[in-house]
Amino acid sequence: MINIQKYVRAESLEEAYRLNQNRQNRVLGGMLWLKMGNGNVNTAIDLCGLGLDTIQETREQFAIGAMVSLRQIELHEGLNAYTRGAAAAAVRDIVGVQFRNLATAGGSIWGRFGFSDVLTVFLAMETYVELYKGGILPLEQFAAMKYDRDILVRIIVKKTPGDFAYRTMRNQRTDFPVIACGLSRIGGEYRVVIGARPARAMAVRDERGFLSGGLTEEGCRAFAGYVAETVPTESNIRGSAAYRTHLIRVLTERNLAELRGRR
Amino acid sequence: MEITIKLNGKNVTAHIEADLLLIDFLRSHGCVSVKRGCETSNCGLCTVLMDGIPVLSCSVLAARADGHEVQTLEGLQEEAEEFAGFIADQGADQCGFCNPGLVMNTIALLRENPDPTDDEIRAFLAGNLCRCSGYDGQLRGIRNYLDSRK
Repeated sequence: MINIQKYVRAESLEEAYRLNQNRQNRVLGGMLWLKMGNGNVNTAIDLCGLGLDTIQETREQFAIGAMVSLRQIELHEGLNAYTRGAAAAAVRDIVGVQFRNLATAGGSIWGRFGFSDVLTVFLAMETYVELYKGGILPLEQFAAMKYDRDILVRIIVKKTPGDFAYRTMRNQRTDFPVIACGLSRIGGEYRVVIGARPARAMAVRDERGFLSGGLTEEGCRAFAGYVAETVPTESNIRGSAAYRTHLIRVLTERNLAELRGRR
Repeated sequence: MEITIKLNGKNVTAHIEADLLLIDFLRSHGCVSVKRGCETSNCGLCTVLMDGIPVLSCSVLAARADGHEVQTLEGLQEEAEEFAGFIADQGADQCGFCNPGLVMNTIALLRENPDPTDDEIRAFLAGNLCRCSGYDGQLRGIRNYLDSRK
């Protein structure tokens, strides 16, 4: 268990940022992953009083506050209408309702965990992160960055017209995924995002034009094979690298078939 | 630091350490229905309602609950009695250790969705682990309760 010397409910982002410059201090998300660690935290910085627990929907975008829970993402009608249910599909098997009421979007994205469904599904969308000092930058760029001492304020999803699908393979419901696969078609571009490989999620685009002739069975099979060949996988207790590579092809094909079935 | 939590309808004020978990706060204030299970935020034994929403009290700092309302099974016995008997009739709770958490989460389910399907029940209660049963007894009990209301 982690030891915390002092708890501060930040009254402003500036206060949270200032406190977070001390390496012995930590920003709290849902505290679910943090509590699993050992060590000492001088000051735990809580953002729960800053009004970052809402999803604001406009005609152009969704602005998801860092303290929005995964359960809110699961139940948000607008976000799930836009993503064709992919947002809910990505989070609904994460442990249980009680866990998802605590786990935060900000904590999940900031952590950039290899096992993360949340990072995987948002990478499939046109997503940006808003950092207190670092400004707004694409999630794909943020996902590749090293950890720093900034504060993640919001996750912004542009409502660019598109289509989405999301699947995972789990050894059992509520466990971490063995592999996670998000698919999007935004502005004519097909993008597959593979998470739990088990490293950080990465995106693969149809740069070779496998699907340029539409979602034909041959094109889908070829693109799925390309994704499986392109994405590096590793072994861990949940599955071997070879099994993961096999699953990538299968889940990518199934996601593509889902999109094809909607047309 | 000093916190005040509205616990089962009564304001409770206490001095706490910054890293005290809500489960320990609750148990030290007589709410021993709140059980410590996995310590990895997976089993649901420690489920309580915070502002009406089910959460894992093993994973919430008591400091974060400051100013909020927390309900445990001690404060919701009347609501629990409505359906807990149906679960008992199925012999579903064997050792009974998981039962308070299951009952708390079932209360949350029925408040959110008064007439759930079996799949909706399974999905909502997926975060409540029971190592005695295969969950079918609990499901039958809840189903019987729901059918009895029709």
